Amino acid sequence: MAEAEFIKGNEAIAMGAIEAGCRFYFGYPITPQNDIPEYMSRHLTDVDGTFIQAESEIASINMLLGASSTGARAMTSSSSPGISLKQEGISYMCGSQIPGVIVNMSRSGPGLGGIDPSQGDYFQATRGGGHGDYRTIVLAPHSVQENYDLTMKAFDLADKYRNPVVILGDALLGQMKEPIRRRKYRKKEFPKDWAMTGAKGRKKRLLKSLYLSEGELTDHNWMLNKKYQSMKREIMFETQFMEGAKLVVVAFGSVARILKSTVQMARDRGMKVGLFRPITLFPFPSAALDKISHSIKNFMAVELNTGQMLEDLKLSVGHKKNQVDFYGRPPGSIPSPDELFHEIKKIYKKRIG
Amino acid sequence: MKQTFKRPKALVDIPFHFCPGCHHGIIHRLVAECIDFYGLREKTIGVASVGCSVFLYDYFNADVVEAPHGRAAAVATGVKRASPDNFVFTYQGDGDLAAIGTAEIIHAANRGERITVIFVNNTVFGMTGGQMAPTTMSGQETTTTPFGRDLETNGFPIKMSELLTELPGSTFVARAAVNNPKNLMKAKKLLKRAFEVQTNGEGFSFVEFLSACPTNWKMTPKQATERVQEEMIPYFPLGVFKGGQE
Ligand SMILES: Cc1ncc(C[n+]2csc(CCOP(=O)(O)OP(=O)(O)O)c2C)c(N)n1
Ligand code: SF4
Ligand SMILES: [Mg+2]
Repeated sequence: MAEAEFIKGNEAIAMGAIEAGCRFYFGYPITPQNDIPEYMSRHLTDVDGTFIQAESEIASINMLLGASSTGARAMTSSSSPGISLKQEGISYMCGSQIPGVIVNMSRSGPGLGGIDPSQGDYFQATRGGGHGDYRTIVLAPHSVQENYDLTMKAFDLADKYRNPVVILGDALLGQMKEPIRRRKYRKKEFPKDWAMTGAKGRKKRLLKSLYLSEGELTDHNWMLNKKYQSMKREIMFETQFMEGAKLVVVAFGSVARILKSTVQMARDRGMKVGLFRPITLFPFPSAALDKISHSIKNFMAVELNTGQMLEDLKLSVGHKKNQVDFYGRPPGSIPSPDELFHEIKKIYKKRIG
Repeated sequence: MKQTFKRPKALVDIPFHFCPGCHHGIIHRLVAECIDFYGLREKTIGVASVGCSVFLYDYFNADVVEAPHGRAAAVATGVKRASPDNFVFTYQGDGDLAAIGTAEIIHAANRGERITVIFVNNTVFGMTGGQMAPTTMSGQETTTTPFGRDLETNGFPIKMSELLTELPGSTFVARAAVNNPKNLMKAKKLLKRAFEVQTNGEGFSFVEFLSACPTNWKMTPKQATERVQEEMIPYFPLGVFKGGQE
């Protein structure tokens, strides 16, 4: 295994992408993810790849659609307002079943908002985000190492399901520096018998999302839905301190990272608190949470927003007589482990005593 | 008897759905003939746009990817960069290319993308029922300019060929019409040159076609063809603007 190196979160994503065979990058600058295009512009040439600074996020996503349509591995990255602009393109990619990796190092909104870490794009990422009934796989790293590892995985998942994959991070995960271990990507082969290569010695191929004949679009939507359902086998999550836990804190991404210290503090003080961290936000680890809720009744969602993942948590465990509490921190400042401990203690006292 | 009308190999043997007197069918045919002429069918990747020509992917016997409305030039950029040995073309209407997709076409041209753009200017949004396009002529009645296009409030009919000619990144820019046999012959010559600009790796090539839309112009096919000659050509002059010589 390679030596650990200190790497910035955004750069780890770019490194993971190139290691996984991404050879085309299209993007438009926006804070806090500019290290990604900057890294790609410098390093893609080393591997005969192509970097384009596009005229907009709209152009970037459509360049991604084009490059991926040939079967190549390609990526775009942006942050919240830019991701909003990409939604029409993502919808077309889902409808036409064109893979691709889209990184959202989200910032705060609505509107121009600010550049602080935020998890306000959870709904947009997990509910499709654009028009039409579609889903993308959503991966939520919580460390620089995971930025690297999950980016590699994102390319495999995109190819496997012929679907865009979104990596949802934030300013904290993009800007922080941590030691990571790089590893060799083990290439997996996926059939590309749909790709645009020129109709040489075979029938022509079509990548489209328009279906006008009677019943065609109904069938197409059900077929896509079946595919989204089948993605459940990719569900990933992490748990900590679950033995004997009386309250399970559920959180993803950067805030889950902070909560790891908080939950440790709680355990040190004899409070039986566990942590559940979804890594795939779509598909959401509902079955695992449901199973836990047979023995533990108290849940608490903690998010850097006013309550979005909370809804998925309630859908997973809220059907029984479980308690689902919430602490939300809209963007503007990052909560410290102490502050979060204070909030968890309040709920713990109320529910457990 | 000599067979004079043979369907190009690059077209599937199904009838076009276009309205009677629509020039889209003629322009499809010209593109297909050029693909045949250069033996490019098996190397072609077409990029379809959103407009009356969206079914291009059904008519061409070649690989085709559908682009969102206005984004064909960006999609083609991605395709060509990833697959430089393929022949890549877009086929876009005036709403698609000159309204919603203005940024994409200007920047694709400016980067000198090695793609061929077929631009069909019929001075209206055909597919959505005849609303004003950026190319709608002064005084022209459309469903959203019921009193005629007023330059004071709607601006001027945009000349895309002239605009793209100014960009140092474009290599070949021309405007053609298919309203009579003479113009048709010229159009084919221009289109061939546009193809060669890509196959020789010279750069970005663009051919604007003045095209009749009898349905939304509320004209007979004959009147529509006359309008191309009498109203459109004087304002949108034909010819090569850039890159004629080989
Ligand atoms: C984002 C978006 N906006 C609007 C439309 C509706 N729309 C479809 S085609 C079109 C304009 C077509 O006009 P043009 O490009 O000139 O093609 P024509 O039909 O005249 O050949 C519009 C506005 C759409 N499909 N997508
Ligand atoms: S509406 Fe106009 S552009 Fe569309 S097919 Fe009919 S004539 Fe052609
Ligand atoms: Mg038009």
